[in-house]
This record gives sequence, structure tokens and C-alpha cells, in this order.
Amino acid sequence: MRHLEKPLLSLAGAVVLAASLTVAAPDGARAEWEPKKPVEFVIMAGKGGGADKMARLMQTVIEKHNWSSKPLTPINKPGGSGAEALVHLKSKGQSDPDHTIMVTLNSFYTTPMRQKKLEVDIATFTPIARMAEDTFLLWVHKDSGIGSLDDFVKAAKAAGNGWVMAGTGKLQEDQLLTDFLNASYGLDMKYVPYKGGGKVAKQLAGQHANSTVNNPSEQEGFFAAGKTVPLAAFTPDRLELFPDTPTFREAGADMVYFMQRSVVGAPGMSDEASAYYRDLFKKVYDSEEWQAYRKKKSLRGAFLSGKELMDYWMAEREIHRQMLEKMGAL
Amino acid sequence: MEILTLLLDGFATAFAPINLVLVIAGVSIGLFIGAMPGLGSVNGVAILLPMTFLVPPTSAIIFLAAIYYGAMYGGAISSIMLGIPGASTAVATTFDGRPLALGGKADKALIAAAVASFFGGTISIVLFTAFAPPLADIALDFGDPEIFALMLLAFATFVGLGGEDIPKTIFSICIGLVFSAVGLDIMSGEPRLIFFDIVGFMHGINFLVLAIGIYGIGEMLWTIEVNRGQTTMSKAVISVDRIARNLKDLLGAWKTGVMGSVLGFFVGILPAAGATPGSLMAYGVAKLTSREPEQFGHGHIAGVVAPEAANNAASTGSMLPMLTIGIPGSPTTAILLGGMVIWGLVPGPMLFVEETEFVWGLIASLYAANLFAVLINILCIPVFLWMLRMPFTILAPLIFVLSLVGGFAPTQDMHDVWLMLIFGIGGYLLRKLDYPVAPAVLAIVLGPIAEPALRQSLLISNGDMTVFLTRPIAGPITAIALVLLFLPLARLIVNRLKRSG
Repeated sequence: MRHLEKPLLSLAGAVVLAASLTVAAPDGARAEWEPKKPVEFVIMAGKGGGADKMARLMQTVIEKHNWSSKPLTPINKPGGSGAEALVHLKSKGQSDPDHTIMVTLNSFYTTPMRQKKLEVDIATFTPIARMAEDTFLLWVHKDSGIGSLDDFVKAAKAAGNGWVMAGTGKLQEDQLLTDFLNASYGLDMKYVPYKGGGKVAKQLAGQHANSTVNNPSEQEGFFAAGKTVPLAAFTPDRLELFPDTPTFREAGADMVYFMQRSVVGAPGMSDEASAYYRDLFKKVYDSEEWQAYRKKKSLRGAFLSGKELMDYWMAEREIHRQMLEKMGAL
Repeated sequence: MEILTLLLDGFATAFAPINLVLVIAGVSIGLFIGAMPGLGSVNGVAILLPMTFLVPPTSAIIFLAAIYYGAMYGGAISSIMLGIPGASTAVATTFDGRPLALGGKADKALIAAAVASFFGGTISIVLFTAFAPPLADIALDFGDPEIFALMLLAFATFVGLGGEDIPKTIFSICIGLVFSAVGLDIMSGEPRLIFFDIVGFMHGINFLVLAIGIYGIGEMLWTIEVNRGQTTMSKAVISVDRIARNLKDLLGAWKTGVMGSVLGFFVGILPAAGATPGSLMAYGVAKLTSREPEQFGHGHIAGVVAPEAANNAASTGSMLPMLTIGIPGSPTTAILLGGMVIWGLVPGPMLFVEETEFVWGLIASLYAANLFAVLINILCIPVFLWMLRMPFTILAPLIFVLSLVGGFAPTQDMHDVWLMLIFGIGGYLLRKLDYPVAPAVLAIVLGPIAEPALRQSLLISNGDMTVFLTRPIAGPITAIALVLLFLPLARLIVNRLKRSG
């Protein structure tokens, strides 16, 4: 019996494939393909960070509602700013593209550009779902007495190179934003990298740094305790959580920047499998839990999938290329 | 008085039947996970996190905290019985726990570990209950210079660890530091020491890979060579009489227990550190302050008491910044923090005000978890001892398999398994050449904390080294560290001069 199963399975696969080809509608392959073994759910960041928390929330929602016949097994691969995770996904593309997906962030664009040796091209990866975009704000400590962007510019200018901006990692999002602030306001802030947004937030709360560009989720605790204050948001319009905080656009400096929270599949994933995962994550996106989380953490970004998501990636990759070039990092 | 009322309410929550069942289940699972090499509290909590959505948040955190706690007890078991650290937090327990077991005193080591864990746990929970909010501010005051000063202190307490041969100790520390530098350098954003462009080095060298390689594989090779396969494991017996005698012996180590508990708790609070550095530091201090430091590493009971008291105390301590400022003090609490966010709680200063039932229920459950952990642990000692009576021909393959699993489990990467085998052979050779290996293990734990802290401090101070001496908290710590660092050197020079004179 055992050796009979395989031809049968591939026959079934062929039927499904034929069905999805004839019914060209995007929903054609729905519910036909199912994972045949546990799905590897790679997290492109370390345990406990923002990406990790979201990945585990997605996994929990799927398990709670029993939406997947096979479990998702999360594996953290933070090595080399996600380099390890990207290479892993690429190699899975050769061996088993249908059972490996990954939660990704903006290092998805920058890491392959900065580490050419990896020979990773994200255009070959399979777009599955953009689940959210995280926002950034400029933060200072309450006791600094700074209450507005103008105060901040004045104080940072006076301090010159003594003004410490803490951020996550070298040549990552936080430094891109710091460089932008330095250039737009003629500042000379010193950028000091830390491992992870939580540590950065703590540096500000303990007044070891003068300012940060944290996500709302990283500072919300200190903000609630009245230790830190947001001065301006890197968003097109004001955030619901911080209605009194202006955007940089309002202040005349047009800077909008988001951190993507997306799910990507291995290169070469079959259409049926990618349709299955797309539907799965659409369900997660629409779930009460995910929507509540989005609201609470001030997340933006509508659900994107397929070609739309790939187009978004290509546009973002170009933006990041220009930023890195300006910084002389390429 | 208000605290007492809150704590009593907390006990009412913790002793609700469902929570009590969860505490006992959590502690038992934790003991098992902790005892499995490579699987530590991080793995246990991460794996079981999704299951906790079936119960209310308070019950969920009580369950996970019980696992965390049980794992701290469990880690000691394989450190003592097999010589493989069951969890990163139990590495220091191997130094003296293993020699005790080899000398036929496994029961003594196990009881010491259980009682010290209980002691450390209890002291730290009392400290936690009384001082949680003010201590949170101290954790915030620790900037980079303070963290580096603390790491310097940890290194200083370990200078004497490798015995009298200081050059060999320094060599061993340097090897550990080089390995700790592998991976991505966050200060420059560049990959570092990626040997032969192997991708596996990108995530750095996991400290457990080195520790399990050296203590699991390396020790096994060493034992095989020394005994030429004819090892009869030392007889391990247990009786009520022996337990009573062991408990009496332990009374002599109460000072070490207090030191380990308090030190572990304070190191645990600090966001960068956690239970592993805490237990290593406690071991170093115990040796330094002991009247018979030469017996450390050969089965001194204080060498088991200090790290075990410290790692339990630190596990409680690391929950403090998690709850009060939303910053995890250890990898495990980072996962717990993620869980709290999913349960809809906002960790941070407001938690103590808004979620009193959750916070005090958790604190009270720690008292309960601690009690059950020590009882279950002591009841299981005969089972552990039975394991030791197995012939070495069975035990050696078992150690080998457990080491492989332990090397694979944290990262699920075969690269780490190969690396662990290489470290095992390297550890065996070092041992043959009489190099101390413990300092290398210490360096690979502390290196990744110390190095960025040093560079961040110097970046902020524009390269001014006095930053470590002039700040109110960093200054005294650095001064003590420097004294400790040069004391053994000075003593050595004086001794040499005397001998030659």
C-alpha cells in the first residue's frame, strides 16, 4: 500500500493543478492543497523582539481556531541581521518549498543588498501576506523638558555630537531615520546601536540616551508611566494612540517610514501552496485577535498578497537602496 | 501593610484549585525540561505558550512561571548526574556537582542543589515582594558603563577559577572571548569571524554548544580514556539517615546560600544579565570567599549551593524588570513578556496599579511553585540515583545521544551539532594538556554582554575610559573588580619572590 500512496498523491496534485489552471480565478485552488507535514515558520529575528511577538501571535491565532491541519513550528533565525534566515529559505526553495514560510521585516531588503555573498534575490521569493506596517515616532525623556519638535532641534543642535540617539543595530531602520533627522535639521547626533528595540527604549527611560525612534509598542510602557514623550510621528497622518503628536509632514519635513510585518514563502513554492497560505493568513488578518492587536499597537498597512505584495517589496527595496547609497553603505 | 493584604489576596488566587494544579504540572514539566540537556526554560516556555490561551491570563502566567521555576531546579540534575549542563543556567553546578557524584556523593549534591534552589527562590521572592517598585528604578539606572563594570567584576571573580596557572587561565578566557565574537557585530553591522563563509556561524556560537561539547562529549572521552572502559560507576545510595546527615552538612553552607541568593537576585534584575551570569558570578564569589578555595572544582558543597541558590534567585529577579518596566531580564522572560502582550496585558509601571490580581497572583504562585519544586525534586532523587547505577557502557552512549540532542535543540541547526563535536574533542585535548576549561565557558557567556557595553560606553564618552570610574554606580563596582583582578596576581608574585628568595 505504501508505495501506492505516492503516485496517488501526485495524481491528486496534478488534478488540483489542472483545476487551478482551468479555473483561473484566484480562489480556484482554495481548500484543495493542505500541508503534508508540520510547516516550518521561520522568524527572521531573535526571541522576544517585535517580529517574534507578532509571529507567535499569528501562530497562536491559527492554533486557537484550528485553522491548520498541520502545526506551524516557529524557529528563530536572527543570525547576521536575518542573513541566516534568508539563506535558509533560499535553500528550502530547492528541497521543500511548500512547507517553509517566514515572518519578515525591513532587513529583508537591506541584508541581501549589504551582504552580496549570500546571493539572495528577494524577487524570487513567494509573496504571501503583508500583515501590518509598524510605525515610528521620535521620543525623548519627560525630564528633558523638551515638549515639541522645535525644542528638540534647539537642544540637539546645542549639544552637537554629545546628543546620543540610541537605535537598533548599525545601518538599520533607526539609523536611516537618524540620518534623515541629522540631514533635515542640520544636527550632528551620535548614533549608538543596541540589540533590539526593547533595550533602546530602556536606554531612553534610564536617561542613558537623549532620544530614540522607537515603535509605539516598544515605548508604550514608559509612555504610560509618564517617563517618555513622543514628539513627532514618521507617518502620513496622526496616530490614533497619540492624537496630540504631530507628524513630520505637518512640521514640514516630509518623512514617512514604516516597518513591514509580512509573511514570505520559499522561492519556487507551488501556486496551490501559496494560495493555501494566503488564505490562511487572510483569516489571521481578519481575526478579532489580530485586529485588536493592530489597534492596540497602532499598526498600519492593509492586507497585501501576490503581485501587489511583490510590487510593494520592489518599491521598498528601491527606497532602501537609495537610503543606503546616501549613507555610503553599499 | 498594604503589601500584605495584596499578597494574601494573591495567595487566594494562587491556591484556587485550577491554579494549584497548573503549578504542580508546570513544576513537573519544568523539572523534566530543565533536566534534558539543551532544553532549558526558554524552550519549555516557548513551546507551551500557545497552550496557555485555554485559561485566563493569571492562570497562564502561573503555569509558565512554574515551568520556568521547575527548569531552574531540573537543570542541576543532569549537571550532577551526567556531567552535562541541563540548561545554560546550570553550567556552574557542573563544576563541583559532577565531582561530588563521581565521588559517590551524588545524593549530597542533589539535596544541596534542591535545598539551595529552595533557599534562593524563597529569599528572592521575599525581596521581590517587599521591594519590587523601587528596584525597578535601579534596573533603569544601569547604563552601559554599569553593565560593563559588572561584567568586569564577574571576570575578576573568576581569575582564580582555573587554579594556579594564570597564563593558562588567561589563554582559556581568550579562546572563549574569540568564540563569543563570532557572528554579527551589532556596532558595525558587519558579520565577523564567519569561518570559511559557513552560514551557520552567522548566528554566532551558541554558548550551550560549547558547554555541552566540553562537559558532555569532552568529559565522556576523558572518562573512557582514564578508565579504559572499565568504569564502574561509584555506588550511589540513599537512605533517610543519609538525607538527615546531608541536610546537617548543608547547614554549614548557609552563608554561601545567602550570598548566592542575594547576588543572583540583583544580577537577575539587570536587563542584560539573567540567571546564567548570576550563577557563574555566585560560584566565583563563593570560591573567592571560601576558606578552602583549593577544593573548589573537586567537589566542594558550596560550589553547588552558590550557583543553585543564585540561578533560582535570578529567575525571580528577572521577572521584576519584566513586570515593572516591560524589559525582560532573561531570554525566558522575553517570551513571557510576549505572552503577556498577547493576553492583552501591558507590562510596565502601570501593571502593578491596574492588574493587581495578576501581579500578586503570580508572586504568590512563586511561593507555591518553590515549595512544590523542592518536594517533587527530593522525592525523585532515588530515581535519579538509579540512573547513576547504570553501567558506564550504557551511560556513555546515553550521554552521547543527549549531548547531540542538546546541541541541536536550541537552534535546530546541524551546524551546531558538528561544532559541538569539535568542541568536545577540543575540550578533551585541553583537559589532557591540563588547561582549565571553565574560564572559556565563562568568557563565551559574558563576552557578548561585556563587549557591546564597553564599546557603547566608549562611543558615548568619546573614548574616555574614566567613564567607568567616575559614575556613581559604575565607579565602586569597577574599583572592586580591579582590586580582585590584581589581588591573585600580586599574591602570585609575592609567593614567587618568597620561593626564589
